[in-house]
Amino acid sequence: MDLITNTTVLEVARAAEVVLGRSVHVTAASDISRDLAVDSLALMNIVMELEDSFDISIPIDRLSEVQTVGDLSSLIDNIRNKA
Amino acid sequence: MALLDRHAASRDAYQAIRQASADPFSVRFDSVISPTEGVIDGQRTILLGTNNYLGLTFDPDCIEDSVKAVREGGTGTTGSRIANGSYDGHLQLETALKAYYARRHAMVFTTGYQANLGVLSSLVGRDDHLLLDADSHASIYDGARMGHAEVTRFRHNDPEDLYKRLRRLKDTPGEKLIVVEGIYSMVGDVAPLKEIVAVKREMGAYLLVDEAHSMGVLGATGRGLAEEAGVEADVDVIVGTFSKSLGSVGGFVVSDMEGFDVMRVVCRPYMFTASLPPAVVASTVTALRKVQETPALRHKLHANAKHLYDGLTALGLATGPNCSPIVAVTMPDQAVAIGMWNTLLQNGVYLNLALPPATPDNRPLLRSSVSAAHTPEQIERVLQVVEKVAGEFGLLKDEPKRALA
Repeated sequence: MDLITNTTVLEVARAAEVVLGRSVHVTAASDISRDLAVDSLALMNIVMELEDSFDISIPIDRLSEVQTVGDLSSLIDNIRNKA
Repeated sequence: MALLDRHAASRDAYQAIRQASADPFSVRFDSVISPTEGVIDGQRTILLGTNNYLGLTFDPDCIEDSVKAVREGGTGTTGSRIANGSYDGHLQLETALKAYYARRHAMVFTTGYQANLGVLSSLVGRDDHLLLDADSHASIYDGARMGHAEVTRFRHNDPEDLYKRLRRLKDTPGEKLIVVEGIYSMVGDVAPLKEIVAVKREMGAYLLVDEAHSMGVLGATGRGLAEEAGVEADVDVIVGTFSKSLGSVGGFVVSDMEGFDVMRVVCRPYMFTASLPPAVVASTVTALRKVQETPALRHKLHANAKHLYDGLTALGLATGPNCSPIVAVTMPDQAVAIGMWNTLLQNGVYLNLALPPATPDNRPLLRSSVSAAHTPEQIERVLQVVEKVAGEFGLLKDEPKRALA
């Protein structure tokens, strides 16, 4: 896991804490729905938080490919690298 | 894994609710006797959760025209308009909508849900962008999913947040369509439409307003929030429904957009559904006329809404940010929400129990919708019952003042 991905994972964890109002412990392998008990609405709210922290647009139609925190981090990294 | 195992979490949650109480999601009416009264388990019950804003479901003229139409045109069209053709009533209804909204194009759908599915999936496509208010109705989310545009949410009723998200898309090719609702269905709050229009103009986007809950409710002639806010010229597309103020079922879209009629041959939820039956079309045409001819209905609706909203707020209950015909009270937790809902029903008051994730901020709500057909006595009775029941659940700021007769 490279440094950028690590930072992104940390940021995902922070966004999840803001939205869920509780502390979360995540790794790239954490399953968002199963391990973090995040429903589809909470996930969209986490994405909104992340859009603001990275100042990017993360289309929610891309979330169908996201299952783990690592998936979400890669999606963010891909969008940032394209920008 | 069995097919339905994927829904295990929903099944368990539903089971828990059913064990705790009567099933709030399958209330059975013995009969519905007026827009504001029904019979449940043999008990006369005040209906306060029906979205029947103008009380037109039992309007004698709507009923007569509906009966006449079913006798003349039969019970159903048995097919879609592109396959089976249009009846005179469909064209009459579209002409009436065009005249009412002063728009060049109108298209009728079989439900309001399908109107949103159809418009949002066909109006924008690959490389375009949809910007949805975060608290949008499920039909808007589903329509967005069905199409191929990229979907971005902005924070509920927050024009600055919308601006920020549009700015991020500034250099991205494709059209941008902003989607908001006139009145939001859960807590009855209203979109800041003037401010949203200002953002739309500055950023060069299109704007769609879903007036499902605001048609017949807001604006001098009942056309909705766009009329009330004085920004109709800046709203490119209006979507609405017949199943609330107009007391029937169906949806529509109106627009001045050049060439809008192509939607009739590309919009799948329009093309592949049987069209509305004559009886429904006929009562809807008459109801639309009533909305225009009878502003007193709207005034009565707002007086009733204020009566209920002010009454509940004075009890110290957590009502929404503004008074509208949707009056919701936030509940501290799900157990209290379910308990309150059941006890209200046992005391002859029916309203809606709304649970997360269908509610904003993950809070359970008791949601009521007021009708012009409610009498002041019915609203007073509701306030008495709520005061008594909320007192039992420890939700009042003071001791109960009203005596329950």
